[in-house]
Amino acid sequence: MADIVLDKVSKRFPDGTTAVQDVDLEIADGEFVILVGPSGCGKSTTLNMIAGLEDISSGELRIAGERVNDKAPRDRDIAMVFQSYALYPNMTVRENMAFPLRLAKLDKETINQKVDEAAKVLELTALLDRKPANLSGGQRQRVAMGRAIVRQPKAFLMDEPLSNLDAKLRVQMRTVVSRLQKQLGTTTVYVTHDQTEAMTLGDRVVIMRGGAVQQVGPPQELYDHPRNLFVAGFIGSPSMNFLHAAVEEGRLRTALGDVPIGERIRRELEAGDAPRELILGVRPEHFEDAALIDDETRARGLEFEAPVDIVESMGSDKYGYFTVEGERASAAELEELAADAGASDFAGAGSSLVTRLSAESPVREGENRRVWFNLEKIHLFDPGTGRNLTLHEGRAAGALAD
Amino acid sequence: MAVETTPRAKLRWGVLDLVVVVFALVPVLWIASLSFKTPATLTDGKFWPREWTLDNYRTIFDTDQFVRALINSIGIALIATMIAVVLGTMAAYAISRLDFPGKKLLVGVSLLIAMFPQVSLVSPLFEIERQLGLFDTWPGLILPYITFALPLAIYTLSAFFKQIPWDLEKAAKMDGATQGQAFRRVIAPLAAPGVFTTAILVFIFCWNDFLFAITLTSTERSRTVPVALQFFTGESQFEDPTGAICAAAVVITVPIILFVLFFQRRIVSGLTSGAVKG
Repeated sequence: MADIVLDKVSKRFPDGTTAVQDVDLEIADGEFVILVGPSGCGKSTTLNMIAGLEDISSGELRIAGERVNDKAPRDRDIAMVFQSYALYPNMTVRENMAFPLRLAKLDKETINQKVDEAAKVLELTALLDRKPANLSGGQRQRVAMGRAIVRQPKAFLMDEPLSNLDAKLRVQMRTVVSRLQKQLGTTTVYVTHDQTEAMTLGDRVVIMRGGAVQQVGPPQELYDHPRNLFVAGFIGSPSMNFLHAAVEEGRLRTALGDVPIGERIRRELEAGDAPRELILGVRPEHFEDAALIDDETRARGLEFEAPVDIVESMGSDKYGYFTVEGERASAAELEELAADAGASDFAGAGSSLVTRLSAESPVREGENRRVWFNLEKIHLFDPGTGRNLTLHEGRAAGALAD
Repeated sequence: MAVETTPRAKLRWGVLDLVVVVFALVPVLWIASLSFKTPATLTDGKFWPREWTLDNYRTIFDTDQFVRALINSIGIALIATMIAVVLGTMAAYAISRLDFPGKKLLVGVSLLIAMFPQVSLVSPLFEIERQLGLFDTWPGLILPYITFALPLAIYTLSAFFKQIPWDLEKAAKMDGATQGQAFRRVIAPLAAPGVFTTAILVFIFCWNDFLFAITLTSTERSRTVPVALQFFTGESQFEDPTGAICAAAVVITVPIILFVLFFQRRIVSGLTSGAVKG
């Protein structure tokens, strides 16, 4: 067990592209850290550099305080679980799990004992004499995990280990991974493109974009206090709503009505290079059916009326989809997020709002509905830089803060 | 793909298959039949020998000439196959896994060699080997065989290597294997079917070669069977050697059949299934 430190680690390929740019990251002993981002953001390259499967172009990588830049993977004492599982098809499950131990030249008895132990933890005992070809996807995945845990390495690296499983199994395996990591207390770096996995599994989440770290923090912090537009849009499902907002006479003109702003935002906007246009971000759960809230709450927000397109009842709450007139919010980050979600070419007129309303709301499709949203929870972003203007000392404070 | 299997289609395919098999096998069976006939009945035109005899076989094994050629053939073909497969395995592995300068050139040149008309090399090779003292020696045949078998080996093997998921090698490295261990313990066992297939192809190529064997040999020292057959005269010059030649032809196909049957069992397709998702 050990801590892992990335000190300005970069990866440049011979053709000149930079896959990873100056990543600084300190992973504490026993911590579970998730690297997350859209495809091509450099998360897998970063993991491969920690593993030693890719060279580090510049910067320093330390495992347990020791510089390992030039060490071969086998000298780093870390185990990796691959997306494809990468089980050795010519060996049985037992041989697969024993392989790292045999390479480490342990004696037969110790090997058997360790394999049996790991198999018990992962409930693989009955499958030990089978070949990988005769296992289901979930079983193969467990064997891959077993091969990683069997030699008690300093750290685990996992490269999208659950993405080949079907949805139900993935949720199940998520808790298995989580429990296993807690039980073993081994430092773990986990790469995924699924923000739900990132939110549920990690002690801390590292959001990457274009080879650079966007924000590092516990899942809740990233959710509540996104540092920029990209983080705000990436974390959360359904994702945050973004609307165009024009700065006019101390107010923000948006499709949801004029949003008043507090002292702090005003000061931000008075600076010389302040943008005249902003992007307003509201999470779906910060909307509510206006008929269902008391006056005290009502005062903290703003109401608007809009036609309801679709209502999805989830039982515990209802998702209401609204269309609002006005300009669409546009920024490079948003386009990238849409492209990653595969929705870049799917853009109707006006903006679409996703709201999460109480289950008691009588909202129906086709009607016009009054909806309230919480001004203390909204975020304002600079479309040019993507910076979250409502963030103050790392805390988002809404638009009204003084 | 759904193939139509109406009785009519079955019949049509059955007839077609039969025609192909008969076309391919009748000459072989004819030779086998001739090899069992006595000189008197040799030309009777009957497919089934009226009088069975093993004399032809006795004759060829009595002559030193044939046995010596058989030893030459087996030795030369085995050595050439072994070297070509070992070199080819390493080259194919590098081609399918690494991005090294000159890779395209190497692949291009090996394709060029494979397509080069061998007959145009016969005279230069004859001169070169005479100068170097390689003429009429085992290495004198092994070397050109390797040259022409290598492209074949490289192409076949790199196709096999490309099927092996690279993740397996990475996994082996993460599990603590050196590059060599990863190759020996993970990649090589999976590439085995490809290696055996290549070995069969290369062996058949070396075994059957006539062109180099007739131009680069002059005595029994290194003459291989296909050539020895041509010089075959039986016990005396005045004897009709047809029966003996047929017997020899049957004898030299046996090692090929044995070789294929032996390695065929190793060529199990789908050996890599279960390694990765899919």
